[in-house]
Amino acid sequence: MSATLDKTHDERILRTSPLRRLLSRPEFGSVVGALAVFLFFAVAADGFLRASSLGTVLYASSTIGIMAVPVALLMIGGEFDLSAGVLVTSSALVSSMFSYQMTADTWVGVGVSLLVTLAVGAANGFVLTRTRLPSFIVTLGTFLMLTGMNLGLTKLIDGTVSTKTIADMEGFPSAHAVFASTLTVGGVDFKITIIWWLALVAIASWILLRTRAGNWIFAVGGNQDAARAVGVPVTRTKIGLYMGVAFGAWISGQHLLFSYDAVQSGEGVGNELIYIIAAVIGGCLITGGHGSAVGSAVGALLFGMTSKGIVFAEWNPDWFKFFLGAMLLLATLLNTWVRKRAEAAA
Amino acid sequence: MTLVRLTGVSKHYGTVRALEGVSLEVHAGQITCVLGDNGAGKSTLIKIIAGLHRHDGGTLDIEGEETVLNSPREALDRGIATVHQDLAVVPLMPVWRNFFLGSEPRTGLLRRLDVDFMRRTTHAELLRMGIDLRDVDQPIGTLSGGERQCVAIARAVYFGAKVLILDEPTAALGVKQSGVVLKYVAAARDRGLGVVLITHNPHHAHLVGDRFVLLRRGTMVGSHTRDEITLDELTSQMAGGSDLESLRHELERG
Repeated sequence: MSATLDKTHDERILRTSPLRRLLSRPEFGSVVGALAVFLFFAVAADGFLRASSLGTVLYASSTIGIMAVPVALLMIGGEFDLSAGVLVTSSALVSSMFSYQMTADTWVGVGVSLLVTLAVGAANGFVLTRTRLPSFIVTLGTFLMLTGMNLGLTKLIDGTVSTKTIADMEGFPSAHAVFASTLTVGGVDFKITIIWWLALVAIASWILLRTRAGNWIFAVGGNQDAARAVGVPVTRTKIGLYMGVAFGAWISGQHLLFSYDAVQSGEGVGNELIYIIAAVIGGCLITGGHGSAVGSAVGALLFGMTSKGIVFAEWNPDWFKFFLGAMLLLATLLNTWVRKRAEAAA
Repeated sequence: MTLVRLTGVSKHYGTVRALEGVSLEVHAGQITCVLGDNGAGKSTLIKIIAGLHRHDGGTLDIEGEETVLNSPREALDRGIATVHQDLAVVPLMPVWRNFFLGSEPRTGLLRRLDVDFMRRTTHAELLRMGIDLRDVDQPIGTLSGGERQCVAIARAVYFGAKVLILDEPTAALGVKQSGVVLKYVAAARDRGLGVVLITHNPHHAHLVGDRFVLLRRGTMVGSHTRDEITLDELTSQMAGGSDLESLRHELERG
């Protein structure tokens, strides 16, 4: 239009340097953090750089990462799921107990577990969108109920706090191969969960960046009212996100079960926070609308490196939590600072 | 061409009379300004045209056909788009994602977003409205308030709006920014849209308006075409001439 108008725009564009672009990537802070932690343990811990350690670190990262991916998507969509940790255990318990009580084929249990777990996720989303209560409250309720049910039902059915072994059942070897096998590449053992994890990161990234659903996820987390006003199905998007978390919980739960052959019903409490921390360290904005699946993977990798690095350095593992807290604070500060610099309105 | 015609429209909320006997015309390629102080019934009026509320009395004609709108979707399908002052955009999302939000074009077997098309179209459509945005990837929150309004306007135009309702587009803006937005409003008019401009600023209204409807306490206190009324008369009617006189009296110093 007018010359003066165009000129003000040019000024703004000039200020968007490639460096600023890089800084505004959600995962930037976590990549810097991961490099720092890697260098730290490479120096401080003997054996951290050994090839066999790579498999160990990646395995630890993958068990967190499989859940951190859908939890990150949910957080980008503006919500939390505090029931994610115990839902993993519930999923394993349903699978194990259904197989044991009803049939002799583990795959039937695996299938039923998928349905039940997805139903719990859908219920989370349904209650949230119907009641319009904060997700903190809704999923805290689910968390407590599931924790109680995991223990209560297991004791009721099996008489103890752990399930009976299903190792001698039909389909156990194949299910074990899918969810808990080990692949050896170049003499290094890699758990199959690493492949699940990487596949989930790839799929989630594609959904976020290249599909309509991804656009909707960013929108419902960034400004729910605006999204609704332009016709985004907010309810459907949120329920879908909770079902995504449930799907992750199903994979993790089956891994938990088929790594051994029985499940401890009290497991999983507290893990929900670890998933959330991995997502936040990976650059997800806790208030929604910003973040990435790759970031959550880097966050999970930071976890894996720290938890195993401390072991390799032969320190007391109690210090793990201390590192975690410090990392969370630093990462959040860094992310906030980076975002402010990158998005400072002209 | 008369795109929208309201004749003696009224709306009651329970025992509250929000709107009574309001008439208004929106013509293609013209701007109809709705002026009034807070609580005058401006919001109720646009909610009726935008399909958020149904009117209780009077008639609403769209392109000559008497209509009752039941939802914003219906209004959109009839070509009536509303740009709300506050809920126009998602600040952290790139401009091009905001532009297509809710109506994303998809391509290929996997139904992925047609990102190239989205980027190109956003840039081209904004250019047609007079904004040369080189980087459609920047978060829309980094644009100024006026530019955000402009994106919302360009968006409505692109998605086939014939009537554009603008809810106080200049209310939160400074003088210069307001001027920029008014230029885009004029640009939309020049592209043949009928524009309804809601405002409580008679100066802004008189700059661009072809018709002026004045509301006070839910009733219509004036309806003029541009050649019937001067800015001074508009300002005085809008403020309520006698009210202003008594205010001046009260504030006069001993």
